[in-house]
Amino acid sequence: MTHLSKSPWILHYDASSCNGCDIEVLACLSPLYDVERFGIINTGNPKHADVLVITGGINEQNRQVVQNLYNQMPDPKVVVAVGICASSGGVFRECYNVVGGIDCIIPVDVYVPGCAARPESIIDGIVRALSILEEKKRMPAHGRATGGGER
Amino acid sequence: MILLEYAVLFIVLAPFIGGLLAGIDRKLTARMQGRVGPPILQPFYDVGKLFQKEQIVVTPSQHFYVLSYLVFIVASGALFFAGGDLLLVIFAFTLAHIFLVLGAYSSYSPYSFIGAERELIQIIAYEPMIILAAVGMYMVTKSFFVWEIMTSSLPLILYLPGVFLGFLMVLTIKLRKSPFDLSTSHHAHQEIVKGVTTEFSGPMLARVEIAHWYENVFLLGFIYLFFAWNPLVGIIAIIVAYLLEILIDNTFSRATWKFTLKSAWIIAGMMGLVNLGVLYYLSGVVPV
Amino acid sequence: MINNDRNLDFTPFEGEFMITLPFLVLFPAVIAILLLLVSADAWRRLVVKAGALIIGIASLYLLFITPETGPGFFPVEFDSISELMFLAEMVIAAFLVYLGIKYKKYLAIFLVVAQAALLVYYESLAATGTHIVPNLFIDQFSLILALIIGIIGSLICVYALGYMATYQEHHPEVRDRRRTFFFLMFFFLSSMFGLVFSDFLPWVFFFWELTTLCSFLLIGYSGTGEAINNAFLALNMNLLGGIAFVGALLYLAFVSPGGELLNISTLIHSGHMVALVPAVLIAFAGITKAALMPFSAWLVGAMVAPTPVSALLHSSTMVKAGVYIIVRFAPVLTGTMEGLIIGLIGGFTFLLASAIAISQSNAKKVLAYSTIANLGLIVACAGVGTYKLVWAAILLIIFHAIAKSLLFLCVGTVEHRIGSKDIEDMTGLIVRMPHVAVMMFIGIAGMFLAPFGMLISKWAAIEAFIEAQFGLIFVAILAFGGSITVFFWSKWMGKIISVCPVAAKVENRIPQEKWIALSLLTAMTVFICLAFPLISSYLIEPFVLSVYGATTRLSQDNVTIMVMMLFLLMIMPFSLLWFRKEKNIVPPYMAGRPATPDLHFLGSMGVTRQVTLGNYYLEEVFGEKRLFMAGTALCFGLILLVGTLTAGVAL
Repeated sequence: MTHLSKSPWILHYDASSCNGCDIEVLACLSPLYDVERFGIINTGNPKHADVLVITGGINEQNRQVVQNLYNQMPDPKVVVAVGICASSGGVFRECYNVVGGIDCIIPVDVYVPGCAARPESIIDGIVRALSILEEKKRMPAHGRATGGGER
Repeated sequence: MILLEYAVLFIVLAPFIGGLLAGIDRKLTARMQGRVGPPILQPFYDVGKLFQKEQIVVTPSQHFYVLSYLVFIVASGALFFAGGDLLLVIFAFTLAHIFLVLGAYSSYSPYSFIGAERELIQIIAYEPMIILAAVGMYMVTKSFFVWEIMTSSLPLILYLPGVFLGFLMVLTIKLRKSPFDLSTSHHAHQEIVKGVTTEFSGPMLARVEIAHWYENVFLLGFIYLFFAWNPLVGIIAIIVAYLLEILIDNTFSRATWKFTLKSAWIIAGMMGLVNLGVLYYLSGVVPV
Repeated sequence: MINNDRNLDFTPFEGEFMITLPFLVLFPAVIAILLLLVSADAWRRLVVKAGALIIGIASLYLLFITPETGPGFFPVEFDSISELMFLAEMVIAAFLVYLGIKYKKYLAIFLVVAQAALLVYYESLAATGTHIVPNLFIDQFSLILALIIGIIGSLICVYALGYMATYQEHHPEVRDRRRTFFFLMFFFLSSMFGLVFSDFLPWVFFFWELTTLCSFLLIGYSGTGEAINNAFLALNMNLLGGIAFVGALLYLAFVSPGGELLNISTLIHSGHMVALVPAVLIAFAGITKAALMPFSAWLVGAMVAPTPVSALLHSSTMVKAGVYIIVRFAPVLTGTMEGLIIGLIGGFTFLLASAIAISQSNAKKVLAYSTIANLGLIVACAGVGTYKLVWAAILLIIFHAIAKSLLFLCVGTVEHRIGSKDIEDMTGLIVRMPHVAVMMFIGIAGMFLAPFGMLISKWAAIEAFIEAQFGLIFVAILAFGGSITVFFWSKWMGKIISVCPVAAKVENRIPQEKWIALSLLTAMTVFICLAFPLISSYLIEPFVLSVYGATTRLSQDNVTIMVMMLFLLMIMPFSLLWFRKEKNIVPPYMAGRPATPDLHFLGSMGVTRQVTLGNYYLEEVFGEKRLFMAGTALCFGLILLVGTLTAGVAL
């Protein structure tokens, strides 16, 4: 095991979430759940982050932003889609302006279901992501990944 | 007289002490907020992880500035523990910080640019007080050399209480604690993204972090000088001062640059200068 | 000194003085007149370069003939020189009155006439007294100044060749008076040499007036309304100083009708009773010339002149004449109330001018305020005037001259290539003009960073002030002022080293003369830091020892550490070779906004915008208007105070 899984720094991005999942993500930082126990820190900066936590689905406004944030994170990195909207587009899937889940723009490693996702499952999802992070360190992708194609 | 063995000890031990200190800091902060907090060794995990990350840069010249920052922080800290000239140590530290600021400027990034400007404001806020502290120590011990101040049997703190308080004030700025963490901040705090360090990532950020550990150990060494006549009191003073800084960090909200500059200068002026003035006056009446 | 094997008796060297000192005073004047006559550009280049080379070599030669201890005197056996000088002064006065009438500057006319009248009165007094033989002289301090004038001054003249050619191209509206320009530049050098080699005060005054005249004409070179106004501003302020100088001469003529005290060397050893009043008057003249606070406006105004003129005024001539004379009289001022107040004027000027520099974005104005600040610091050292402080003051003069001339010449070069002297426009200079940017970087580092010169002197000054009387005030001024300088220099540095993603390289077409001057000055900035222990022990310490009987230096440990730091600094850039193969280059963080490589991004309402980053100027706190008013009031008050005190002594 390397230090990667002991110090996951996350970048939380609200794509087009209704703020339900966002509040739950922030609840994880509160004294009750205290994710800093696992060394998790919420950085506001993709260049420092290892885990990209996204709530809400992709729409035309944020599609390039998500791509940009992902590209600016140094490898190895993992993406956690929190909530059903981030996973698949959820109830907004058929909206005229919604593209779909996060995985239609960038590769997603862990899907955390729920509407809203519970803090316990968010923490669980991130901890899952850590083992994927370790794996990515062992088998690095060739060159800088530019993210998945579009669906 | 330069005591090389202490310099070597500093270079070898300071990262461990500094890292441990940062870990304790985070643990205590968490406890003050009613949280469990990360393991004590968390800062080492963080830095270990950063070294395992891929290096991305905005411009390769960032490397030069960050490496220079680390090298000069280590060099000036080593000079301090070797017993060198206190003023030279302070100037070398300023040089090191200018490198950090230049590293932030070099990336032409909006966030690190503002961070750099704020870091400069912080430098002009704390620097006068630190020079005045060195001057105060000279006025009592008649020497700028750290080893002579260390071996002086005079209780400096009794001569320089105002200077010490002023120093504690600027220590908050130097340790990047609230309310003065304008240019970049620690733990989960965010300000203008990450200010000066926004564009540093991976191993480069790890170097910045290690430099900061070295710097913290130097600053605590500076506190020790005030109490050097009695090592036990000195160590207790360091612990109390650091606890106080953690408490301040957790009880104040962030200040504006104007407030930072004004309060640092006013306190340096009131506490430091008045203290030195009294000392200056008394030295004519009672020989120190 | 340098040639240790020379024998100790003095006679053979008088011969060499006889050649070198008057040669250095007269030769630049000859070159100047030659340049007035030559109109072909190729010939001008040849004459300027050859002249500069010879002046440089001749001033280096002084190193070998300056006596190790005390001044070396050289009596001038030509009787009518003083009369000729008087005549020349009257001609100059008439010329200035003519210009005053032409441009309707009545204050200037009044001051010129007042000064001329006083001078005539003085001549009538002096004529009746016994005549003494005036001396040219040289000691280590004069030597240092001569080296600065001879090497830096002539380098600036060489640089001016390239600069003025471009200047006339860029400013077709300015009449091409390059013959006059180069005449004045070399004449300036000549009068500076005369000033530092003269021991006889009326001669010093003559050369003093010549520098005033040269600077007046050079500032007004472009002939625009602003240039003329600023030239007259400089003239008025310097004439005020000149009047004080004549006042000192008159006082001395009354006190010693024989004229023995008119020699600086005798005057500074004649005790406070006699020397204090003329010393304060001359220090006042020095304050006007060195553009300290109530008179700082003229130096800022002088920025309208072409950049080589600014470089010359700021580094090797003019303002250095002001501080030269104050440092000369430091032994008289030390320990007196008057000296302390003069020191305070310098100290406050240092603090406030540094603060004003923060609010300036025009590079030349930043340099101007920084010069004013450093001159203030030098005067603060000289006014308090203990031997340690004089040591620091001389060190400041040397380092400041080199770094400041380098910076001015860099700004001049940049200005011609990018068409602006605003620091905001210098973004990414490291990409656009890499060589000049590195030179500018070194120049700025030389002004405030650790192992470089200016910081050594500030450090020495702090240590020296602690022991001086009322030194705590100055220590505080230095602690605050010193950190303020860090701010404006670093943000300028940051501006030029910002690697902006897309920028065209515009470093071609810089004339060779500019490169010569720039690279030599850069090399000197670095070299002088390595060589400063030698300069200190061979030049500054003997001078301080001969004047005060005691001297100081940095401790050996510190010098070693500084040299190690400098080497470390020189090694560090090589790490770039290691990192240069860095492949993962990503654009800066733009809050997730996709941006083009040249940092255009889609802003709100679908408008495309480009990122521009501007420095902080903190107008509210460090605004020019506010601080300038405060400084003028404060320093004017102090001058009134010292005037009252001196009048008390005199009566």
